[in-house]
Parts: sequence; C-alpha cells; structure tokens
Amino acid sequence: MAQGFFQLAIALAILLVVAPFLGKYMARVFMGQRTVLDPVASPLERLLFSTGGFSNQPSMTGGQYIRAILVSNLVMGILVFLIFMLQGVLPLNPTGLDAPNWDLALHTAISFVTNTNQQHYSGETTYTYFSQAGALGFLMFTSAATGIAVAIAFIRGLTGNALGNFYVDLTLSITRILLPISIVGAIALVIAGVPETFAGPAVAQTLEGATQYIARGPVAHFEIIKELGENGGGFFGINSAHPYENPNNFTNLLTNIIMLVIPAGLILTYGIMAGKPRQGWFIFGMVFVFYAALIAIAAVGEFQGNPLVNGILGEQAPNLEGKEVRFGWALTALWAVSTTGTMCGAVNGMHDSLMPPGGFATLSDMFLQIVWGGQGTGTAYLFVFLILTVFLTGLMVGRTPEFLSRKIEKREIVLASIILLAHPIAILIPGAITLAFPETLAGISNPGFHGISQVIYEYASAAANNGSGFEGLGDDTLWWNLSASFSLLVGRYIPIVALIYLADSMAQKQPVPETAGTLYTDSVLFTGVTAGTILILGALTFLPVLALGPIAEGFAIAKAAAGG
Amino acid sequence: MTSSTQHHHQPGGPREGRRHTPKVDMSGLYQRAFKEAFFKLDPRVMVKNPVMFVVWVGTIITVLLTFNPGLFGPVPDNPVLFNGLIAIILFLTIVFANFAEAVAEGRGKAQADALRSTKSETTARKILADGSTEEVYSTSLSRGDRIKVIAGDVIPADGEVLDGVASVDESAITGESAPVLKEAGSDVASSVTGGTKIISDELTLQVTADPGKGFIDRMIALVEGAERSKTPNEIALTVLLAVLTLVFLIVIATLPTPAAYIDSPVSVAILIALLVALIPTTIGGLLSAIGIAGMDRVAQFNVVATSGRAVEACGDINTLVLDKTGTITLGNRLAEEFIPLNGHSPDKVASVALAASIFDTTPEGKSIVRLAQQQGASLAFDQRTAEAVDFSARTRMSGTNLPDGGEIRKGAVDAIRGFVRSRGGHVPEGLDHAFEKVSRLGGTPLALCQNDDIYGVIYLKDIIKPGIHERFDQLRRMGVRTVMLTGDNRITAEVIAREAGVDDFVAEATPEDKIQVIQAEQAEGKLVAMTGDGTNDAPALAQANVGVAMNSGTQAAKEAANMVDLDSDPTKLIDLVTIGKQLLITRGALTTFSIANDIAKYFAIIPAMFAAAGIGALNIMGLNSPQSAVLSALIYNALIIPALIPLALKGVKFRPLTANQLLQRNMLIFGLGGVIAPFIAIKLIDLIVGSVGLA
Amino acid sequence: MIQDITTSIRTTVVLWLLTALIYPLLILVIGQGIFPAQANGSLIVNDQGQVIGSTLIGQAFSSEEYFWSRPSAVDYSIGEAAAPTGLSGATNLAPSNPDLLALTEERAEILQAANIAPTADLLYSSGSGLDPHISPASAIAQIDRIAAVRNLSLDDLQTLITQNTEGRFLGIFGEPAVNTVTLNLSLDQR
Repeated sequence: MAQGFFQLAIALAILLVVAPFLGKYMARVFMGQRTVLDPVASPLERLLFSTGGFSNQPSMTGGQYIRAILVSNLVMGILVFLIFMLQGVLPLNPTGLDAPNWDLALHTAISFVTNTNQQHYSGETTYTYFSQAGALGFLMFTSAATGIAVAIAFIRGLTGNALGNFYVDLTLSITRILLPISIVGAIALVIAGVPETFAGPAVAQTLEGATQYIARGPVAHFEIIKELGENGGGFFGINSAHPYENPNNFTNLLTNIIMLVIPAGLILTYGIMAGKPRQGWFIFGMVFVFYAALIAIAAVGEFQGNPLVNGILGEQAPNLEGKEVRFGWALTALWAVSTTGTMCGAVNGMHDSLMPPGGFATLSDMFLQIVWGGQGTGTAYLFVFLILTVFLTGLMVGRTPEFLSRKIEKREIVLASIILLAHPIAILIPGAITLAFPETLAGISNPGFHGISQVIYEYASAAANNGSGFEGLGDDTLWWNLSASFSLLVGRYIPIVALIYLADSMAQKQPVPETAGTLYTDSVLFTGVTAGTILILGALTFLPVLALGPIAEGFAIAKAAAGG
Repeated sequence: MTSSTQHHHQPGGPREGRRHTPKVDMSGLYQRAFKEAFFKLDPRVMVKNPVMFVVWVGTIITVLLTFNPGLFGPVPDNPVLFNGLIAIILFLTIVFANFAEAVAEGRGKAQADALRSTKSETTARKILADGSTEEVYSTSLSRGDRIKVIAGDVIPADGEVLDGVASVDESAITGESAPVLKEAGSDVASSVTGGTKIISDELTLQVTADPGKGFIDRMIALVEGAERSKTPNEIALTVLLAVLTLVFLIVIATLPTPAAYIDSPVSVAILIALLVALIPTTIGGLLSAIGIAGMDRVAQFNVVATSGRAVEACGDINTLVLDKTGTITLGNRLAEEFIPLNGHSPDKVASVALAASIFDTTPEGKSIVRLAQQQGASLAFDQRTAEAVDFSARTRMSGTNLPDGGEIRKGAVDAIRGFVRSRGGHVPEGLDHAFEKVSRLGGTPLALCQNDDIYGVIYLKDIIKPGIHERFDQLRRMGVRTVMLTGDNRITAEVIAREAGVDDFVAEATPEDKIQVIQAEQAEGKLVAMTGDGTNDAPALAQANVGVAMNSGTQAAKEAANMVDLDSDPTKLIDLVTIGKQLLITRGALTTFSIANDIAKYFAIIPAMFAAAGIGALNIMGLNSPQSAVLSALIYNALIIPALIPLALKGVKFRPLTANQLLQRNMLIFGLGGVIAPFIAIKLIDLIVGSVGLA
Repeated sequence: MIQDITTSIRTTVVLWLLTALIYPLLILVIGQGIFPAQANGSLIVNDQGQVIGSTLIGQAFSSEEYFWSRPSAVDYSIGEAAAPTGLSGATNLAPSNPDLLALTEERAEILQAANIAPTADLLYSSGSGLDPHISPASAIAQIDRIAAVRNLSLDDLQTLITQNTEGRFLGIFGEPAVNTVTLNLSLDQR
C-alpha cells in the first residue's frame, strides 16, 4: 500500500512541477508575448490566418464570439458526419468497414465535436483509419482548441478586456499548444511502442497455435492528442488499457500527466493574465486538494479490493477486475480520477468494475466538473462557482458583491444559474426517463444499485463532456445515441454560451476600486468558502443518486461480505 | 396630529438616545400580523415568491394525499396520520413565512400611520388667478398651486415660500421643538413640509408636490412595503433562490424512477417533504421581511428614502463627501480673538470688527459682535444710516458701508488683501504671520479692514465634534473614504482634516467644487455619498450615488437627493452606510444559513427515504424511525422561520471590521452554525416526536 | 452569418489539412522511417517469417507447458470471432455483480485443480482482454508445474521469470509484471 501511495505522491509532485510551466507559456501565447516557437509558428499562423480569411479581424463581441463557435462547430461536425457515412468508399479501410448506423455516426460526431469522445462503439471494429485520423483526430484538435479559446475569452472578459477573435484563438491553441506538444509526445509514444502504421491488422499464429488478430493503425499521433486535448476517445475499444495505446508505465505516466497539464495550467494562466497569480495558486491549490482527496478515496477502495472475491482468495488483495497488471491498483485509480476530473474520458482500467468508492469518486468528478475540469471549460466553470461564492460572501460583508473589481448583478447571476442548471437537466432528467424503462431503454448490464450508476454515469459523462463510461452498458441503441446526444449538446453549448455572455457582461462593467471594504478573493478564507460552496451545491444536487448508486452498492457489498 | 414626544439631541451626539418621532403605535401588531398571514395564503399573492409557492403547492398535494393516500402511487405506513402531519407542518411553514412578512409590514404600517397622521385631511386656502382665496381640501392641491397659510394652520402640502416670514413648528416630523424661521428667497429656510404647523405670521406658498407625491407620501409607501420595488441585489438573490428551487425540483422529480428501479419506491408525500426541506424556505420566507425591515430602520432614523435601491447603495459607498461645517465641526465657528495689525490698538480693532459685523446675522457674525462688546467696543455711527454689504461666494467678504462713505470689510484674507490693494493701500507684514498662526490652530482667520487699511485678523475658532475621529476610523476600516469640503484656507483645512481624521480634503471649496470632487471619484468607479442643503448643492446631490438632503434645505436640494434627513443631521450618512450594509449582510447570512442547513436535512431524510436500499448507516443522527426523521426535519424547517424573525427584523449586527474579518465572523456563525445547528435541533425534535408517539 | 459560414469553412479546411493530414503523415514518416519495429506493433516473427504475436499483446495460454495468462473477456482476440479486425474488451462486471463472484469462483477452482494458489490477477479478468502480463507471484505459483512438465530446474525458471519481468518505471511507477508472451516464447526457445 505504501508503495502505491508513494507512486501517487510522486505523480502529483510531477504535475505540480509541470503545470506552472505550461500555465506561464499559455499566458504568454494569449497575451501575444514572444515565445520560443515564434520563428516556426508565426509564419505558419500568418498563412493559416490569411487562408482562413480572418487576418486583421477585430476582437469579437459576445454575440459574435458565440456565433463563430456554433457555426464553426457545426461545419466541423457536418464534415465529420459525412466522412463517417462515406467511410466505406474512402481510402485507408484495410478491414473493409461499412458506414455505421446514422444514429451512431451522429452520436459520434456530436460526441467528438463537443470534446467528449463518448464512444458507443469499439474503434477497431467500427471506424476506418481514415475516419479515425481524418475525422476523429481532426476534431480532437479543434474541439480542444475551442475549449481553450472559450477559457481565454472568458478570462479576458472577466478581467475587463476585449474577448478576442475566436478563429485566432482557435488557431493559436493548435499551432502554439496542442500541435507542438503532440508532435513531441507522439514521437515519444512511437519510441515507447505505440504503433503508427496504415497497415491492417496483423494475423499471428500464437504459441499455442491459434490465430490471433492484432488490430493496429495510426495510433501514436492519435493517442497523444487524445490525452492532451482531454478528448479521451480511444483508437481501440478498450482505450488506454490497450497495450498498443499504453504499452508500459512510461507511456502511462506521460499520458496521465499530459491529460492534466492544460486544465491545471490554465488556472495559473488565469492568475497571470488577470495579474493575480496569487489567486491563481489559491484556486489551483483548492482543486488540487479535491483531486488528491478523490484519488485517495478511489485508491483505498481499489487497494482494499472486493471483499467477496477476497473471501475466495483467502486474503485481502487489490481489485484487479478490468485492470492491467502493469498499472496495478494505484495508477488505475490515479488515472480514473484524473480522466473523469479533466473530462478526458480515456480509461486505463474499466470504471464499471471499480469498487464503489471508485464509482463515487469518478461520478463526483463529473458532477462537479471542476477537479481540473474540461479543456478550457473546466477553468471557466471554476469561475462560475467563484462568482456564486462571491455573491453570497459579498452580501455577507455588506456590499454589492464584486469579483475582480466588477459587480456581480442580476445578469451575472442569471447566467451563472443557467450553467448550474445545465447538469441537473442533462443528467437527472434523461437518467430518470431511462430508468423508468429498464427493460426496453436502459441496456443495464449489472444488476441492482450498480444499474443506476451505469445509467447516471453515462449521462453525467455526456453532460460533463467526459466520454468515459461504465462500459457494460448496452449503449449503441437509437435511444442511447439520441438521448446522450441531447446531454452532450446541453452540457457543452449552454454553458459555453452562458460563459461568453457572462464574460462579455463583466468586460463591459465599470471596475470598482479596491478598498478595505473589498472582499479579497485571494485568501485562504475565501478559497475555503468557495470549496464549501462547490461541495454543498454539488452534494445537494447529486447526493440522492450517489446514495442510490455507489453508496448503496458499497453497503450492499459490505453486507454480503459480512453475511457470507 | 398625534402628540409627539419631543427629544432634544446634540447633532453628532450619542445615537442611543435617538428614538423615532413621531410616535409609532405598535400595539396589536402581532395579532394583526397573524391574521394577515392567513390572508396572504391567496395563491395570487403566494406566486410572487417562487420558493414559498412551491411549498404552497406541496401543501395542497399532501392535503389531498391525507384524504386519499393512494392518489399518486406508493403509500407510506400509517398514511393518514403521516401525510396529515406533513400537510400541517407545510401549512405552518407558509403561515410562518407570511407572518414574518406581515410583522415587518405591520411595523412599517405603524410607522407609516404615524407619518400619515401628520397630514390628516386639512383645508387649504388656495390663491386663485384673480388673487382671491378659496377654501379647498388639501388633497385637491396639485403641484404649482399657490396657497396662503396663516398662524395656527397645518401646512397642507410640501411647498416653497414665495412671500412672507413666519415661524414654523416642525416637531411633527423632526422632533425638534424650537420653531424654525421660514422666509422667501433664503436657501435654507424657504421650503416647508406638509404636516408641519405655522405658529406665527403668514406665508404664501407654491405647492411643489402633487397630492400623494410628497416625500412623506413616498416614505409611507416604502415603509408599508406597498410600493417597494425589489432592489438589484434582492432581484439577483431571488433569481438564485428560484434557480436553487428549480434544481431541487429536478432532483426530487427524478428520484422516483431510480427508487422504483431498486424496488424502494417512495411516496409522494415524502418526496414533497424532502423538496420542501431542501429548497431555501428559510431565506425565501424571510426575504421580503428583511427588505421591509431595512426600510423601516431607515425610517426610524428619521430619514426619508425615495427607494430601497438608495438604501442598499449606502452599503456600497466608497467615498463620503462631507461639508466640514455642521458635519465634522460643530455648526458654528466662534470669534475667539482679535489680532491687531499695522500698529492698531486692540480697542480700535474691536470696534472696527463690531462695525463690520453689525449687519451679519450668522452665528459667526454674532459671535464677533459679542466678543467686540465684551472688549468694550461700541458703535461710533448710527446703524440705520449705514448700509449692509452681504457676503457672496464671489467676493468672499461682507461688511458695512458707513454713512461717511467709509468701507469696512471682513472676509477671507486674500479677498481682503485684494480689496485693500484695489483701494491703493498696502498689506502689512504681520498679516501673513497672523494668518498662519490662526490657521495652524485650526481656526479660520478673517481679515478686517477699513478702506485701504488692514486693522487686524479675527480668529474664528472651529470645534471638532467629539467622537467624530472614531467614526471616521470605523469608516476607514469598512473601506469608506471620507473627503472634507470646506471654504477654509489650506492650512486651516489641513489642521482640521488631521484632527478629525478625514482621508482627504478640499480647501477653499466652492459649491461647484463638490460636483467636481464627486465626478472625479466616480470616474474611478467609486460610489459617492454626500449631504447638502442649498439650492446650489442640488446638482451635486443628483450626481452623487447617494445624496442626502437636509430637511431644512431647499426644495431643489430635496428633490435632487434620494434621501431626506428630517433631523437635518449630516452625520447620519455614517449610520446610513451601516444600515445599507446590514441589509445586505442579513440577506447573505440567512441565505448561507438556509443552504448550510440542507446538509443535515439530507442526512435526516435520505436514509429514511431509502431505508430499503440498505443505506441506514447514513442515519448518523440515529433518528428514531424513517417517518420520525422526515417529520423532524420538516418541523425544524418550519420552526426556524419564526425563530429567525427577530434577526430578520433587527438585522445582523454590523461591526466596522474589514471585509475579511466580517466574512470570517459571519461564516463562522451562519455558515458553520448553519451546518451544525440543524443536526442538534433535528435530533432533539426527533426525541420529542418519538416520545409523544407521533411516528 | 454568411461571413461566419465562409470563415468557418475556410478555417475547417486549413485546420483539417494541418491536423488530419500533415500531422499524422509527419508522425507516420518518422515512425516508419526511424522506429519501424515499434511503429508496426512490436511484432514477433519466427524463423520462418511467420508472425507469432506481439511482445505487447497477450495470448491465451491454457496448456500445461506454458505459464497461464490472465482471464480475457475477448479471448485474446483469437479465433474467427475476432476476424478480421481484431478485438479488445473487458467483462465490465460490477464488483456487486453475482456473475463476477461466480466467474472468480470458477477460476479459483480451475487454478486449485491445477495446484496453483489463486492470485488476484489470475482470478480477475484484465482490462484490455489483451494483457500480456501476470504478477511475479502468479508466475511463481505456476513454477512447479512448468518445471515438472518441461523438466527444467526451478532456478532456471526463476531466472527466466526475472528476465521477462518488467520492473516499475524509474523504479517507482506501476507494478512489476511478467510478460507471459516473451516468457513462454523463451521457454519454447530453450
């Protein structure tokens, strides 16, 4: 156990070292300062800006920014949907795959355009190399870049600056952040054993003489952006548990850290861009504590293992169901909490088979959406909670609440409230409908309380734009594809629209000077109150389903183990 | 008119002694409020408060379930008793919330009645176009009408004096017993308030407000809560509470199918119970009471506010712009000493000073006369043959033109210096020295001259109000900056500013400087409050975010301001800041408390609700039975409303601390307290419920 | 709006060329050019040029002379069910699922019948269904059987296990894991 927790501690320490670097770098990029990449990136960007037709375009208003996001995302989604439907006749299809069902193609397109990568399919059996590299890989860059652009626009607005131009930020996110890191990372992954080939599956005669079909493909380049952009859509069905996606503990550590750096770094980017690095670190610290606590909950659960199976083993052993030997309980728990926290959604072990504490931790991650949070959007959600906290605490010190010297008034509360509402609407309502028809709609594969967790997890994953799943669920059905698409869209665009309007309205406010009567938001006290607000609002909304899902399951297992 | 208890108070003196005048009759308040609580059950009234409306609908449903337990699916054990109890508790929750509002309104009404009694139906003498007068009811008067009032009349409406001089008893609204002189054309004394009584002579007035639109009427509407439009912060909070309610509505509405899936169906009555326990009924029920009580507190301070928004804005004030005189120093400077110059004898200086001030009716002028007479000076000419030269802001001097053509002047040192030079005289060496000496003492130096000869300097002593330094310290800790405006010279201003502890000052200020100071502060995003009384203060009062006009001030000033202080006490601005903050703090604290309470309620109800799911271990309070747990949580939820009514009405005590200290303190009490208190209370209620065998 | 659509289409095209064409081709060229073994899946080819597996992909081993590998939900992508694309997958059984208990009991009986003390990784099925690894303890538990069948000394087997054990990355991360494919291959090659 000590060894396991030591691994976790060192992994977190690495994050603490790496995230600030990236955070500072991203701030430089978006504040237009010089960076090392200028000689290569600047000419490329000039080319992209002029070919894209948006060089010299001015900063956008909130409405323009939102329209640009929606229209561009729609265009990209249509392109990708068409590629799926035509994949049978497009090249790079060594296994002769046909187009998927329209509803699966639609769900996949929406799922990837929203940076979710929820997969109701197995990559190797459903999508061709062209679809994977040419459609999904493309969206992995643009959807992540959209998220970063939103976060940057939000930070700018919050600090009273113009929002910027969406197309410029989209492009910069790719040329300055996503692509350079991906190129270096992909090469590292190839060296470590991740394939990059257009050749079809290898057919092997095994040592015992059977025929083994070994799926391959252009994995390495896909794998790195999958993690870096919080996409999470595996090239193979089983995602990062697959030995070709994640062959050893070097790739595992690399990709686990890579999936955390942008959301973690962006918090510090905010601090720098807002001129409040101290506050950036306070928020970072708060999220870090949440993150570490959830890891501890999940890790202890996995370490203690399944008491029912321990009874057969005759000793306490970690739960290894759905886990790879090379990663073990500790790094699978770390990954599970990281991937649900950052809305990446890649898995290196099966969440459906996690012990109830692991189910609790991963669900909580997605309910809260801020334990690092999604690419860009997670940082923005943090500020929604900060704004709500500022509102309550501001009243409590007897002033019209203000954040970053800007008053929080009705409009801001309305917009923040809309974001607060998105989750209950996109998770609980479809979840309740699905559970009303367990035989016909739900496709539940595990009996009892866990069935509730499966259904709620699927919608939570869609609404939080995470993408992981309790994968036993039979989810490639018309109902699941369409209802999850609803949650994907509500979970993605309603908050984005509200966030941009919120940023816009903050940007237009006259700043208020700071005085002794101003409530400082970069204090332990305020950060603690924020943490309390997040926990209470999250708990109040989702405690009932958590109680009926993982909590009840935990008690049931304990009872069965004690009784049997 | 009610008999008014009369209080004398020193401006800036201890506030504890202040009571609201006119007398407010609070008898029978609670009985009336209790009755009113039931009238408010009208759904058309209830729907205005989304949180309580949800409870109202829940009550109706549980009533139905009491009579027909099988109406909506699963039935709890002992359904009639259990559902009936829930229905009763929910009903009481609403009644309690309505009661809170009714009490606040009742207190406001009592306040309003007292105000209204000052303007009971009277008759007025309206001056017609041909100059004759006609007796009309005061309520038929409208803005612009001209009326005549004579000794013994109650003045029928707010008005501006056009003609005449009279003394008016304003004790009905100010509590000040000494009659006030009213005359036309004077800045301070030309406006009269409806409901006051003229006790000598007669006045011709122009009515300045339509019936029912006078500021007493506006105040009545505000304290009664009738015309209370919600303030921006209150609206934002209402939105947040409505959204929280909606969130919980979704949470509860989506519970039955997962519960049914695991064969642990829940009855609708329990779902409603959980919903009501979770939605912020505590703050939802007390919110309007807090707002009304806030207005009421303002009224008790004898301040008329034109809107709740203005009161709230008081809490946000960053900068107070204060006149020195009357606010920081006791109103009147008194002559302390004559400093002879140019070799003139002290006696000669005293007699010139006497001559210069003989027409000066200001307290300062009178004090100069008094000092001169004490030193044995007397007039060397017949006062009736001399001519008064009035003070003007432009010349900054006043004086007397003697029958022999001699010109005696006193005024600001540089004004007199200019006057003497223009008459070909020269300025004595000692003038600057005397000027500095007086200024360094914090006094005001007035130079004194006759024709081209400067006789000396009059030392006018300023007395800083006791305790004002501490008040400015408090304001500074609250983040409020104080700026003192004074007509004094820089050195004097600096000395007084330092002694009084203001953060900044503007010396040699003209009324026009006020508006500049305000605009400069506002350009930095600050909210500015100021007081004023003169007509030339009106633009600045309008420009300020909170403008408080003195009741003794002109009608123009009062109309430009958003508050009028009936006591004409400028230091009240400081109290208004506290009231504004207290209003916000009370709302924030009770909201936090309300939300923090939910944790305990969850721990009471969820394990009870899903007992079949085997999560009994979550029943950390060890409550008796599932039904007892639900009832106890609901009873707590209902009882906490009346328990907090006193706090809602009185407001959370405000302390002049920094924002962080305040937050820490209030979070500890209302946040942490809000988490812990219900655990204890629900456990106790459960013991009682269990022992009386309700569940 | 028209402006938005044209800008969006143009941006989509240029970003597509950059991220979906140029970038994958760059990595493909580097991979195939410089690291062809890894880029093609770390395949193992026997002397006859026949692909016999990948060092990274586990195989089903159930015969006496091999170290057994972990239970797989997809039977290691073996057989016609896996053709032509290959498979990966897990059981996705919840810890509370009675099926999980039944499966582990069944496996425990098989192991006990083979005189192997059950270990966690041999009872629980893997995540990928392709896990090439077992824990050192699981390998040690099978050592007597292999020694008997293959007529090898325990010391030799111990050495082979050590040679085919991947330690923790940097001595810190992950769990020591014995690669059953390379271990069994080295058994065959002796």
